[in-house]
Amino acid sequence: MENKYVKYLRNETLPTEFCVGCGCGTVLNLFCHVIDEMQINPDDIITVTGIGCSSWIPSPYFSADTLHTTHGRAIAFATGVKVMKPGKHVIVIAGDGDLAGIGGNHLIHAARRNIGLTVFLVNNYIYGMTGGQVSPTTPSTVNTATTPYGNVEQPMQIAELVAAAGASYVARWTTYHVFHLKKAMKEAISKKGFSFIEICSQCPTSYGKRVGKREGIDQLLDFKENSMNIQNVSGMREDELEGKYIVGKLVERNRLEFVDGLLNINAQFAEGVR
Amino acid sequence: MNNQKYLDSLKNKTLFLQGDEAAAYGALFAGCNFFAGYPITPASEIAELMSRELPKSGGYYIQMEDEIASIGAVIGAVWSGGKSMTATSGPGFSLMQENIGYACMTESPCVIVDVQRSGPSTGQATKGAQGDVLQARWGTHGDHEMIALSPWSSQESFDLMIEAFNLSEKYRNPVIFLLDGEVGHIREKVVFPDINELNIYQRNISLEKIDVFGGQRIPPMIEFGMGQRIHVTGSTHKSNGMRDVSSMEAHDTLIRRIYDKISSNRNEIAHFETHYIDNMDYLAVSYGAAARPTMGAVLKLRERGIKIGFLRLITIWPFPIDICTELGKRTKKIFVPEMNLGQVSREIERFVNCPVESVSKIGGISHTIDEITNYISANI
Repeated sequence: MENKYVKYLRNETLPTEFCVGCGCGTVLNLFCHVIDEMQINPDDIITVTGIGCSSWIPSPYFSADTLHTTHGRAIAFATGVKVMKPGKHVIVIAGDGDLAGIGGNHLIHAARRNIGLTVFLVNNYIYGMTGGQVSPTTPSTVNTATTPYGNVEQPMQIAELVAAAGASYVARWTTYHVFHLKKAMKEAISKKGFSFIEICSQCPTSYGKRVGKREGIDQLLDFKENSMNIQNVSGMREDELEGKYIVGKLVERNRLEFVDGLLNINAQFAEGVR
Repeated sequence: MNNQKYLDSLKNKTLFLQGDEAAAYGALFAGCNFFAGYPITPASEIAELMSRELPKSGGYYIQMEDEIASIGAVIGAVWSGGKSMTATSGPGFSLMQENIGYACMTESPCVIVDVQRSGPSTGQATKGAQGDVLQARWGTHGDHEMIALSPWSSQESFDLMIEAFNLSEKYRNPVIFLLDGEVGHIREKVVFPDINELNIYQRNISLEKIDVFGGQRIPPMIEFGMGQRIHVTGSTHKSNGMRDVSSMEAHDTLIRRIYDKISSNRNEIAHFETHYIDNMDYLAVSYGAAARPTMGAVLKLRERGIKIGFLRLITIWPFPIDICTELGKRTKKIFVPEMNLGQVSREIERFVNCPVESVSKIGGISHTIDEITNYISANI
């Protein structure tokens, strides 16, 4: 019997090219479950991606209209899509280098604008596709292909940044927390306004091996053992939180969605009003 | 108001408009319903007018966080059924280049206005120039063709913008609308037409599942939301849109097709205007703002008995090779007034056997009629 979720994939592109142990397969799997359980017709989904391993989750694997854009610009392209197709689920899936590095400005402004996109940022702490160079989320001191003497920079707290920028929904989970993550993905897709999940994910090929976690399972165990729910961290010092994954829902609030704002203006010019 | 009602309300109106404003109205008449942009002198008037008028016609205006995002949103809108455009000047045009290449590669019809100012870099922000002519052709990386048009008046800015949208839809390619700070800010009479009498090229959309990236020289489009689950990528792709980045054949087939669809229609896309070419010893070639004093100089020189003809280029890219080659055979020398250090003059040199002389002026002030007249008188 065929797996019931295969129908959500572009069959001719299988098997996936993800490395053994990669977290992208888990995210793709969960995404299929979420769409199935929410009974969303994939014809009502438009996926938008950038450049990098996690952008391959929708491009080419998930079977829906797909816009595979330039590096870092998925959210900018998705903005044009959502304005012209406000009734569709416009879903961006891309990585930390793409969305928080080269495309960081678009991420901040889309959250501020509160446009009704759903963004799943798969954070693998590294530029994986190009062979393991330091990314905006690589922890300090880690040796990468371009920090051979250790990373001297501080990692970006992406979920906190997006929450501060004004998003309607922000959460952080890991690929270990599949049930929590699945629930959060449903909430994000349902939520009106800009919704964002930072998904901490393993990359044994380009990141794990640099931090003594050569197998995918090693990083998953790290996520399991070192995650703390956001509800339990208030009052904790920075040094106590070192190496911890703070998971949970950071923000859920109701604000005017951007395209609704545009439509309200256009309605003023509808017949007989102005 | 919907688009038809809005345009009917403008029918046959006569207005006193800047070139920038006329271009924006031209876009509205062409059916533009999406504009994403970022403020920049001397192009901001286009964004301002679109932000005011688009909601009246049922369209959408967005001010993005930068020019990279602007062109990105424009292309996203195209695949979602929008007829879309952006407007900028040199610095923003430089930022847009990567995604302009994406529009070429994905055959996304859209219009990018570049109201040229003095560069490079920030240059003279408030001064007009024509320094982006070669950037319009070659600004993005890789082999590609480009369509670029350059008007010389407010009325032409209006009329040519409709042609810009028509060409972009017909050839599924971005069209660069090369305004300049002079024509963009000049204020002249513009007469609007009746929308019902205009020839607006409607996007070729297939309702059936077909290959939208090959199989024919200019395939029809399928848009998002039609249930066809299309795959659009800037990576090298097969005719069905799926990535194929390792085969030489896939790349060769794709790139030669998107190149040939423009270059093989060069003469159909070439718009130009000629004066006095049946009785000439010399030829002046110009375009955009520089063409205005050039026309004056040609008239003055002919009054003095110097037989000089005039070729005004309206299409800059693909370069109107045939008319230049033909006229080059019938003239002793070609003079090319332009507000740069010789960008179009260098292109003309490739296609004629007679001497070609650049009459260049930079610094933000256009040529005077006397400057061109005296230069040509002294150099024939």
